[in-house]
Amino acid sequence: MATGSDMPLLLLAILAKVGVVLLVLLTTVAYAVWLERKVVARIQSRWGPYLVGPHGLLQPVADAVKIFFKEDIVPTEVDRIIYWLAPFLAFSLALLSISVIPFGESLTIGGATIHFQITDLNVGLLFVFAVTSLGVYGVALAGWSSNSKYPLLGGLRSSAQMISYELSLGLGVVGVVMLAGSLSLREIVEHQRGLWNVFVQPVGFLIYFTAAVAETNRVPFDLPEGESELVGGFHTEYSSFKFAMFFMAEYANIVTVSCLATLLFFGGWLGPVFGPSLLRGLLPIFWFCLKVFCFLFLYIWIRGTLPRFRYDQLMAFGWRFLLPLGLLNVLVTSLILAWRSV
Amino acid sequence: MAPLFYIFAALAILAALSVVLQRTPVYSALSLIVVLCSLAVVYLLLGAEFLAVIQVIIYAGAIMVLFVLVIMLLNARQETPTDRSRLARWLGAPLLLVFLGELLFAVWERFPSASTRAAAAPDAGPRAVGALLFRSYVLPFEVTSILILVAVLGAVVLAKKRL
Amino acid sequence: MVPLAHILALSVILFGLGAAGFVIRRNIITVFMCIELMLNAVNLAFIGFSRYLGNLDGQIFVFFVIVVAAAEAAVGLAIIIAVYRNRGSLSIDDLDSMKL
Repeated sequence: MATGSDMPLLLLAILAKVGVVLLVLLTTVAYAVWLERKVVARIQSRWGPYLVGPHGLLQPVADAVKIFFKEDIVPTEVDRIIYWLAPFLAFSLALLSISVIPFGESLTIGGATIHFQITDLNVGLLFVFAVTSLGVYGVALAGWSSNSKYPLLGGLRSSAQMISYELSLGLGVVGVVMLAGSLSLREIVEHQRGLWNVFVQPVGFLIYFTAAVAETNRVPFDLPEGESELVGGFHTEYSSFKFAMFFMAEYANIVTVSCLATLLFFGGWLGPVFGPSLLRGLLPIFWFCLKVFCFLFLYIWIRGTLPRFRYDQLMAFGWRFLLPLGLLNVLVTSLILAWRSV
Repeated sequence: MAPLFYIFAALAILAALSVVLQRTPVYSALSLIVVLCSLAVVYLLLGAEFLAVIQVIIYAGAIMVLFVLVIMLLNARQETPTDRSRLARWLGAPLLLVFLGELLFAVWERFPSASTRAAAAPDAGPRAVGALLFRSYVLPFEVTSILILVAVLGAVVLAKKRL
Repeated sequence: MVPLAHILALSVILFGLGAAGFVIRRNIITVFMCIELMLNAVNLAFIGFSRYLGNLDGQIFVFFVIVVAAAEAAVGLAIIIAVYRNRGSLSIDDLDSMKL
């Protein structure tokens, strides 16, 4: 527990970390959009953004400027308070779960040690699930408050989908928690120094990743917001800045899920480390970012390749296949662990 | 640490007032979510970290989602005030205050402010709670799992349009 | 640290508000939400005592209360849906056909 004298310094350090992490996250979100447009374009044999800046790298800036200047259309019959609340709720919850994600080990400069994590809760993994559970409200309230057919249908379907796949998301991770013996994200990564969890829990990884794609409402599970099915889904009646918030919230969720997948299954920041101590401190961050980038690319690759599930297929898959598979995975893992410890 | 408790206690009370006094059911539901989350913070301040997160995941994140979805499904409108009983309206609020005052007095007398509390918080992490749950309380645990199964079946049967 | 009396006072106030809402409100879903408010007040009292006495039994009980509240909410809301389909109204003034 910090003593009274270094409380302000501690607070300042935390605020600085929060600022840096948020800046990096928002830039990542902006360029994830660029990456998606480029990769999907290449998959479809075309160029993608090319004119604004070299290879379209300034496209996110142009898009941000455009969004700010767009007219904000608010339909007359909406429930005003909730109509305004929903996108802010979705966006702030999407940013909240980054606070327990560790990016690397610690770095000691001079006398001060920087831990590359805003806070290390010993129920860190459950905190991320808590934030994910609350994220359903952004979607449901947006759909309802718009007071219109398509958003309501999209919102109800989307929230039902999200709560169904939350179960499988949790079950896929139980095996990892049993192996590491802790819910703290840093300890789970430390446990993988010998062997990455993906080799020990392959089924768990597949369950987790499938459920995560469904949770973030991405292809092939994006019927509730698919353009050709439900006009725009739950964000039909939103324009300009509020729509941008939903958009950013979705990509921030994708980044969070990718970070979690690397931490839980692919060894987080573990990788070859060499050189002077400054390099030793920064190389883990590089490995972490590289792995997260691979997951982002995987997400976008899946989006460009697979067709969409129908809604009843989607729900049947979540309840009738993924959930029993998750339970089976937990059963087998616990049996093996119990047998080994006897 | 202590001022945080009072801040979130005040937030919980304000949100609870909002639950009781709002006309639109959706606003009541959202206020109840605020109550649940501020209580989760209070649990965290009291050292019950596992239960705080469980409260958010299950209570605020699943049970209240059920409430909100049912309100949306049934299209619950603003409620019209009833004037069935004038006596209830004039006698209700004072009686409520008397009831609360009695309970608070009883609590204050039994546990005066100066009473000491356990010096160290018991370790309430998932490991400790799980150990207790699966050793001493394993029978209630199994019984509640059957209860949940019955509840799921009952809810499906009751809410189906055609069996 | 926070005195136990303050924690119990908060619990009592929330319980009283829940009880008042239970009696006053006419919309059946809001009545149900006031029941949940009362359950949460009780949970807070349990956790306060668990901290005061230094053992975890109070928290185990809260765990079970949360689980039972979930089961009760599921079945209760299913009943409300069934009642709405049959009577067409969510106001408890219209649902009192068993009264004398």
